[in-house]
Amino acid sequence: MEVIQAPERTHDAEELLRINAPLVTEWLVEFLRDEMIRRRGFYRAVVGLSGGVDSSVTAFLCARALGAENVWGIRMPYRTSSTESLEHAQLVIDQLGIHSRTIDITPAVDGYLQYEPDADGRRRGNVMARMRMIVLFDLSAKLNALPVGTGNKTERLFGYFTWHADDSPPINPLGDLFKTQVWQLARYLGVPEVIVSKPASADLIVGQTDEDDLGISYHLADQILYFLLRGYRVEQIEEMGYPREKILLVKARLESTHWKRHLPTTAMLSTTSINDYYLRPVDY
Amino acid sequence: MKIRVVAVQFKPRKGDVEHNLDRVAEILRQIVEDGVPADVVVFPETITSGYFLEGGVREAARTREQILEALVKRYLPFARPEPLDVVLGFYEVWHGKYYNSALYLTLSAQSESCRTVHTHRKFFLPTYGVFQEKRFVARGRNIEVFPTRFGPATVLICEDVWHSITGAIAALKGAEVFYVIAASPGRGFHGESVGNAMKWQQLLCNMAEEHGVWVVNASLVGFEGGKGFVGNSMVVNPFGQVVVSAPLMREAMITATIDTEEIAIARANAPLLADLEAGLADLLIEMQEIAAEQHARHRQ
Repeated sequence: MEVIQAPERTHDAEELLRINAPLVTEWLVEFLRDEMIRRRGFYRAVVGLSGGVDSSVTAFLCARALGAENVWGIRMPYRTSSTESLEHAQLVIDQLGIHSRTIDITPAVDGYLQYEPDADGRRRGNVMARMRMIVLFDLSAKLNALPVGTGNKTERLFGYFTWHADDSPPINPLGDLFKTQVWQLARYLGVPEVIVSKPASADLIVGQTDEDDLGISYHLADQILYFLLRGYRVEQIEEMGYPREKILLVKARLESTHWKRHLPTTAMLSTTSINDYYLRPVDY
Repeated sequence: MKIRVVAVQFKPRKGDVEHNLDRVAEILRQIVEDGVPADVVVFPETITSGYFLEGGVREAARTREQILEALVKRYLPFARPEPLDVVLGFYEVWHGKYYNSALYLTLSAQSESCRTVHTHRKFFLPTYGVFQEKRFVARGRNIEVFPTRFGPATVLICEDVWHSITGAIAALKGAEVFYVIAASPGRGFHGESVGNAMKWQQLLCNMAEEHGVWVVNASLVGFEGGKGFVGNSMVVNPFGQVVVSAPLMREAMITATIDTEEIAIARANAPLLADLEAGLADLLIEMQEIAAEQHARHRQ
């Protein structure tokens, strides 16, 4: 009798991370309309356009959800920002036909840093990121618009953002999409290829790239995160063929940054402690 | 017996019971005034408040008498001469506890004829992942079948139908129509449709086909704190085929005329329910053995 064996179980994370981009687009467009218009009564959005893929995808989604005439792309260069970032943001502005503003944050950032001339690159980056949020929120107040966040799931899981800066907008359409899934969505939406295929960079320090900072490629990180988030142990993921040191790197980043994904830790004293006992969902 | 059913999916305003009851009434008005064919109108789980309330259940919960009274008051000004049955989900306070419940009501042009036919309290409370029901509501203890103007029916809520045993109990008790109300937040965007919408269709079709029953499903839509409910309400015939379905995400109502005479035809073609009845005594002993064994294991 013929013996038919089951194939060796493979963990094709590329396949597992594949998304149905048209459906995700439809879902996120509905999310934006629902959360902005129906729930909060805002018809306009402001998006900080960095020239990178996350903010580009966010702008594309906002334009679909609200109409290009209701979206403002805000470019906020610092003097060390690459000119390429400005140009790439302009590609998005031109392609979508959204409004745009360019606010040079150099005087504001340097105005503070003159008192802290010894600030290292990390501190300077934090000041820039927080200044950008001040600009976005101020312009949103001026325009009667809502700032829309652009953080993706990978950087959120890595804590690779400035607390109360890039994570501060009240709504975020991309926060449950890994970086490699954002790339898929970007290609479906028609984000210019030059933006999708360039190395991701926070553009806070000259020449810096995310993958250099993190010590791992997004492709590999997303696959490892996929399994870690489902509760697979390091040994199991290693058995699938992933390098142990990369798994440990991802795990360490993930586990050391839980605090960045929560509101400030509050000392509990009562049985009505907010978010511990007194529990209401964000939209209640 | 032919029953004209309507399943309605809309996004409730979070925690605003009065507003949501107004919307339920608006939709009933549309059905009456536009002459939408309807004997039974089915609304989703927790339509009076939205689903994810956490501790807000305490504020949004109502008694079934309050819900009936509120709907009767709204319905009477435009009531049609013949009765109209309504199924809807709400957070209930009953005998000092909170429940995730469903009502089957009959509304009439005379307030004294309006009544609650049946109350189902959700049996299986999801408390995993994004769900926290057991933390905030108590579990119902019955899967019941009740007589309606159109024959025996049951009402099940969401996770109730993820366990095939509840459908089996309702079918064994004689239910011919299953009213299934749900609030299912979308997860899984790899396939042709949203993952859990596909899973729901599979569940409802399997349940209808296995027991030879009609299934009328109404599911919530709209986003609550970033969690989007899929909608995709549907009516499934006793052969396990979808007769009509509503779109994903968007507010809509679907209508169908269901014919309970098709139940006998379906069951004659696939007499699974009769086979289940025949094997019931043995199955019961098996189940008792499993329960006793599990009970004993926990004492070790």
